[in-house]
Amino acid sequence: MRDWRWVFIVLLYLAISLTTESFEFRRTQRTERISGSAGDVLEDNPIGRLKVFIYELPSKYNKKILQKDPRCLTHMFAAEIYMHRFLLSSPVRTLNPEEADWFYTPVYTTCDLTPNGLPLPFKSPRMMRSAVQLISSNWPYWNRTEGADHFFIVPHDFGPCFHYQEEKAIERGILPLLERATLVQTFGQKNHVCLKDGSITIPPYAPPQKMQSHLIPPTTPRSIFVYFRGLFYDVGNDPEGGYYARGARASMWENFKDNPLFDISTEHPTTYYEDMQRAVFCLCPLGWAPWSPRLVEAVIYGCIPVIIADDIVLPFADAIPWEDIGVFVAEKDVPNLDTILTSIHVDEILRKQRVLANPSMKQAMLFPQPAQPRDAFHQILNGLARKLPHGKSVYLQSGDKFLNWTAGPVGDLKPW
Amino acid sequence: MKQLTALQQQARRSNSFRSAASPLDAAVDGSVKSPATIFWLVLHGLCCLISLVLGFRFSRLVFFLLFATSSSPSTTTTTTIYTALRATLPSSTAAAPPPERNVSAAGDGSRVVVGRHGILIRPWPHPDPAEVMTAHRIIERVQFEQRSQYGLKSPRTVIAVTPTYVRTFQTLHLTGVMHTLINVPYDLIWIVVEAGGTTNETASLISNSGLKTIHIGFDRKMAVYWEDRHKLESKMRLHALRVVRERKLDGIVMFADDSNMHTLELFDEIQKVKWIGAVSVGILAQLGGSEENGELSIINKIDDSQKDEKSSKLPIQGPACNSSNHLVGLHTFDTRPFVDRSARYIGDRAVVLPRKLEWAVFVLNSRLFWEDMTDKPGWVKEFDDVDRDGDDVESPLSFLNDDSVVEPLGDCGRKVMVWWLRVEARADSKFPARWIIDPPLDITVPAKRTPWPDAPPELPSSVEKSITVQENTEKHSTNRGSRKKRSSKSNKKHSSTTAKVLVDDEHVSTRDSRTF
Repeated sequence: MRDWRWVFIVLLYLAISLTTESFEFRRTQRTERISGSAGDVLEDNPIGRLKVFIYELPSKYNKKILQKDPRCLTHMFAAEIYMHRFLLSSPVRTLNPEEADWFYTPVYTTCDLTPNGLPLPFKSPRMMRSAVQLISSNWPYWNRTEGADHFFIVPHDFGPCFHYQEEKAIERGILPLLERATLVQTFGQKNHVCLKDGSITIPPYAPPQKMQSHLIPPTTPRSIFVYFRGLFYDVGNDPEGGYYARGARASMWENFKDNPLFDISTEHPTTYYEDMQRAVFCLCPLGWAPWSPRLVEAVIYGCIPVIIADDIVLPFADAIPWEDIGVFVAEKDVPNLDTILTSIHVDEILRKQRVLANPSMKQAMLFPQPAQPRDAFHQILNGLARKLPHGKSVYLQSGDKFLNWTAGPVGDLKPW
Repeated sequence: MKQLTALQQQARRSNSFRSAASPLDAAVDGSVKSPATIFWLVLHGLCCLISLVLGFRFSRLVFFLLFATSSSPSTTTTTTIYTALRATLPSSTAAAPPPERNVSAAGDGSRVVVGRHGILIRPWPHPDPAEVMTAHRIIERVQFEQRSQYGLKSPRTVIAVTPTYVRTFQTLHLTGVMHTLINVPYDLIWIVVEAGGTTNETASLISNSGLKTIHIGFDRKMAVYWEDRHKLESKMRLHALRVVRERKLDGIVMFADDSNMHTLELFDEIQKVKWIGAVSVGILAQLGGSEENGELSIINKIDDSQKDEKSSKLPIQGPACNSSNHLVGLHTFDTRPFVDRSARYIGDRAVVLPRKLEWAVFVLNSRLFWEDMTDKPGWVKEFDDVDRDGDDVESPLSFLNDDSVVEPLGDCGRKVMVWWLRVEARADSKFPARWIIDPPLDITVPAKRTPWPDAPPELPSSVEKSITVQENTEKHSTNRGSRKKRSSKSNKKHSSTTAKVLVDDEHVSTRDSRTF
């Protein structure tokens, strides 16, 4: 009897290894390995490397908000909702807070939408503060570390500064209560108040089904040199120009509007995704904030992103070597964009396209439902796992107190 | 307070936000008609007028300048002043200096400053042709890489067989086929069989292509009647296949008749053929005017069962499939309605009918014709058995013992990628050899006005004679004498207005003395 069982186990093992190998062979295209500054970490599996405890908040912090406005599931800030759902059913979740490495607070701060669908951040600080007050009074884990082993997802324009206008966001700074926590946000700019050390930058949410449905056969020749669709001047908010995008987009338009190599305009074509797949370079300039879903779209569709945003910190910057994938152009060099792009050696361009063709790269930018290995959810967990084990400074010594619960604008202190 | 929040809670990208940030709102908020309020309003109005004149808004700037020293604004607003100052210079400055380093608000050592920046425009914001060429080369290389990665792994050579002969429409047709073949992205061998032996005309035409060509002659001259021409073309194609056999050319043989029209997708599609394939060919036999299109009928059914008459109006020859995409037969174009009206000799103004199945429908693996091939499939006949003198080989089906091995291509014949067309002039029509006009054209129609400088001047000498006709003076020098006689009459009718007759007008009205 025992022998048969061993034989069966061996056969099963062989079958599994053969099938997984066969999946490897499917990728016959030449792709390059991706290894960022933290090493070859894109393909790491976080399961087993960390444990996350999810606080049970009353549904007014998450479910009720979502019920009020289901548009939150499709806009570019939907990562906070999908991350919550992923964690609820993920193997890294633990129901025992004593063994948890990280604590997650599911509060949807970016779900208060205007009729146009844009989120208003005015109540978000109060909402976050109220959530932190709740967890600090009901569980001892917040006070134990003052939030240093907690993480929050703040995908709004300037992240934890909770404002859409950069000046106001800088004025407010990061919410004082989140000073010690790890922040998972889409905003990233070096030496900026709203990005603190140890934050994890993530890509904005792009609906994976929609992106897949617009794929065209890869044999379609790439005939557009540079592609961009979007605003150059924001006439409503910046009538004189020079404020929006720090003048970079306007400069792009003025310099290249009659250049046949640049397919740029403000139109909204229905073939936007298909056109991106027919382009060699896709411009990803800053807007009111330096990040944009264009980066995700360019990576998915194999178009080399040309990033025009000074000091930007790109998603998963330690896992993905963005210099090998995209082209970085300083904002002051925008008038010479055509010279810069045509002077890139063609072998370099082909290499970048090979890296972009790597399916791990595309997978890392997406938030698919249900979650798949090596997708953005897993990259976030990888990032959190890389910060483990927690240093000694995380745990408070007796009598230490870092957070100031009364700091910040008076309006934030009102209850939510 | 409430007003401000209400303002702020409007739609995000609306105008009112920027105005809400204006410092003058502080005054409006009080809603008290004090002299200060009125003063501010008047000042605001004045500033608006001045801004209108100047072209940019400077009221904020002035306000800040007046109060910058007294209060201590946050450093971001100071930055705004400095950058706004720079921006008050004309915004289209070439390489305007970037805003200065600001230390506190945006963090230490940050180069990036919030606020208004200049829009940088270079002095000549137009494309540079050298860069455009480089970009095109980059695109070409990228597409080549795409094709090698995602396209066919090992594309086979295409062997195109074209029977031709020297005639008026030869240049037209052959140029079309040649340009199509030049654009084929695969290796290509072009076998041009010429009736009446090889001529310099055809040779010079096909040498321009840059393709690998095999130009062979066929000893018989082209016939005048369509029936005989079809037969002769079949023989010419067999002659070409003999060359394939002798030289052991490896690839896919397709028959590109010189007046047919091919799409480039056809060449991608024929790469899929294993031994023998069939594509759908559209038959353009109608010369207009006739109401009924050809009836489609399936003949050559594999199992030789009853003929099925289907009355669909499709002039197509090609494979016919059943619902599970297996070949059941071959469509042909029913020519019976047109037999009475068909053209009999080349150049006849009537419908030119194709044969039952044109050669263009079939695509063959060249190895079928090689001798001593051990792994040739069993259903192919020997080349010498088929090509016997006197036998008319109507279509490549004669090479097969079993018709069912034909592979349907082009989504089982649903996609038409080739069109069959026969447009010819009469056999005795004359045309300039190689379409080079030598000696130059002769004027046969007298001109009303002549711009020639040595024509006898008109009475008022204010007529402009300095039209640039230098390039034509030599050509017309020989004819000047004869023209003078003709044009002298017309000169008298010549008006005194400036003769800005362009040379083109003259040429439009002239006609070649040779008729068609």
